[in-house]
Amino acid sequence: MEVTIIAETTGNELHPVTAQLVGAACSIGGTPTVICPGGVGATEASSISGVGKVVSAEGECFGSFDSGAWASALSPLCEGVVMASSSAHSREVLAQVAAIRNIPIIQDATGLESGIRVTRPIYSGKAIETSVASGPCAISIRQNAFEASGSGGNADISTVNNTSDVGVAVREALAKASERLDVAEADIIISGGRGMGDPSNFSHLYEIADIVGAAVGASRAAVDTWDDIPHDMQVGQTGKTVNPSLYIAVGISGAIQHLAGMRSSKYIVAINKDPDAPIFSVADYGIVSTWEEALPALRDEFGKL
Amino acid sequence: MTIAVLLKQVPDTTAKITVSGGRVDEGAVSKWSMSPYDEYALEYALQLKEGGGGDLVAITCGPARASKILTDAAAVGADSLVHIVSDDSGMDSSNVQNLLASAIRKTGAEVVLCGKQAADTNSGSTGPGVASILGFTCVGMVSEVSMEGDGFVAMRTSPSGNEKVSVSKPCLFAFDKAATEMRRPNVRGIMMAKKKAVESLTPADLGVTMEGSRVSLESHSAPAEKPPGQKFEGAASVPTVVSKLRDEANVI
Ligand SMILES: Cc1cc2nc3c(=O)[nH]c(=O)nc-3n(C[C@H](O)[C@H](O)[C@H](O)COP(=O)(O)OP(=O)(O)OC[C@H]3O[C@@H](n4cnc5c(N)ncnc54)[C@H](O)[C@@H]3O)c2cc1C
Ligand SMILES: Nc1ncnc2c1ncn2[C@@H]1O[C@H](COP(=O)(O)O)[C@@H](O)[C@H]1O
Repeated sequence: MEVTIIAETTGNELHPVTAQLVGAACSIGGTPTVICPGGVGATEASSISGVGKVVSAEGECFGSFDSGAWASALSPLCEGVVMASSSAHSREVLAQVAAIRNIPIIQDATGLESGIRVTRPIYSGKAIETSVASGPCAISIRQNAFEASGSGGNADISTVNNTSDVGVAVREALAKASERLDVAEADIIISGGRGMGDPSNFSHLYEIADIVGAAVGASRAAVDTWDDIPHDMQVGQTGKTVNPSLYIAVGISGAIQHLAGMRSSKYIVAINKDPDAPIFSVADYGIVSTWEEALPALRDEFGKL
Repeated sequence: MTIAVLLKQVPDTTAKITVSGGRVDEGAVSKWSMSPYDEYALEYALQLKEGGGGDLVAITCGPARASKILTDAAAVGADSLVHIVSDDSGMDSSNVQNLLASAIRKTGAEVVLCGKQAADTNSGSTGPGVASILGFTCVGMVSEVSMEGDGFVAMRTSPSGNEKVSVSKPCLFAFDKAATEMRRPNVRGIMMAKKKAVESLTPADLGVTMEGSRVSLESHSAPAEKPPGQKFEGAASVPTVVSKLRDEANVI
């Protein structure tokens, strides 16, 4: 089975999900070709074990992000099953690669078996879908859902120069409101809701986040009520879908739309003063307390680790 | 200028999803709504129409019940309504995209707005796929769009923050959460919408031959139940929870 992987990159580096893509491809019997858009991370990609070959796809169009231009430049290099990460950017590129190649696409796979049988959450995790693709198709995979392939490979790298017309002109890049870790990337997240009372109280969350290297998230009520809490912190149905190892929800009631974005976290801790708050139904560890009392204790305990 | 917006009817985000006999039981869905990101797309489509003039066409593909969201769109200002009557649940991604692309072509629209992903499929394939089929420039993760001269300026999220981008026609914008909520209809809008005709089209009307789906659904299942959690009373339990996170869960 021919498998092509479009590598995931962040700035000038290969993103760790790329090794997970290789792991997933190998599990269905492929010896994947890894394409590195813009030539980023080609050397690192060649050292992932199981990789058949690496194609460093250079070309002017990779200087900025135009998913259509990327897809036009990359799709002639793709063969068979085409895989990528299910990050927002890669979904967009892969969907266009699929359209150009006239193959069906299945996004955000969390399970993969040869055959090709694909499992993925639908309805924001309220149900799981298993489907079978009868031939070549495009599949994006969820980060951290597959075992990463190790290092020790030594695949050949070839370079191609393919570019395509860019239709999206970047006029201005506006930096994030903060240099903090993004919730979509973090392994530990501590989120605050309307129960925090005032946006200035988020400082307690930041303090704890700094101790354990966590990202700070928020409920929609917090983001919508307080201008100081930026939209990119929102977790949930209309915010970000996260799957960290640990998610700590503070002063969040646990509305179904919030749960939609975080219920697949490995462990969930809830701090809420209302013992009947729905968040406790998904929490592995629930603490019935006000944050005013619980957060100082949490800070001290984390500080001792 | 004709503006098209793609709207999908999905189970309301508060609706319970039940699985029986290996399939999601659509009959048990208590409420159907417009997919949340599509509401943002519709709001900005209305703003473009008001800003630059032109006709706003709302398009959906789905079973008979789906025409409700077209009427909802008309109540806030959509000018014409196109319903591709076809059960999209058994289709693969390219079938859906081909139908929508043909309908857009028929309207002559030069700018298309849609949601970044639907609340049922959670895919995020349709917008970019349709753009590709039509040869339109695709801009995803958009939170704002406005007209500038003959083209558009949009705000989109990027890994390092936000980017202001400009694009010319023809183009497609796939909406992320935007800063503005969708406007609510007034009584007059609702009355007018009831009288607005919905153009119903079949795949054949659009000249699309439906190829068999190349992805077959094997089963739906309910997500694995989590074992019930442990609940503790009061802040005095924090040290216990932290030690469990370390020793039981191994996450810190
Ligand atoms: C289409 C749609 C999409 C949506 N998308 C999202 C989304 O993406 N993300 C999202 O989060 N929501 C989303 N929502 C909104 C969602 O329905 C809820 O309104 C929202 O999640 C509530 O936020 P909250 O839990 O912070 O606030 P509340 O529901 O007001 O809960 C506050 C909680 O804080 C507790 N509390 C109060 N004081 C204290 C204290 N001192 N110490 C400890 N606890 C305290 C209270 O007991 C309560 O449980 C969406 C809604 C719709 C209709
Ligand atoms: N059947 C449909 N009818 C109308 N619009 C659709 C349909 N399916 C998808 N879309 C549009 O494409 C977006 C992304 O859908 P999806 O690719 O399924 O996640 C949705 O938010 C809609 O705007």
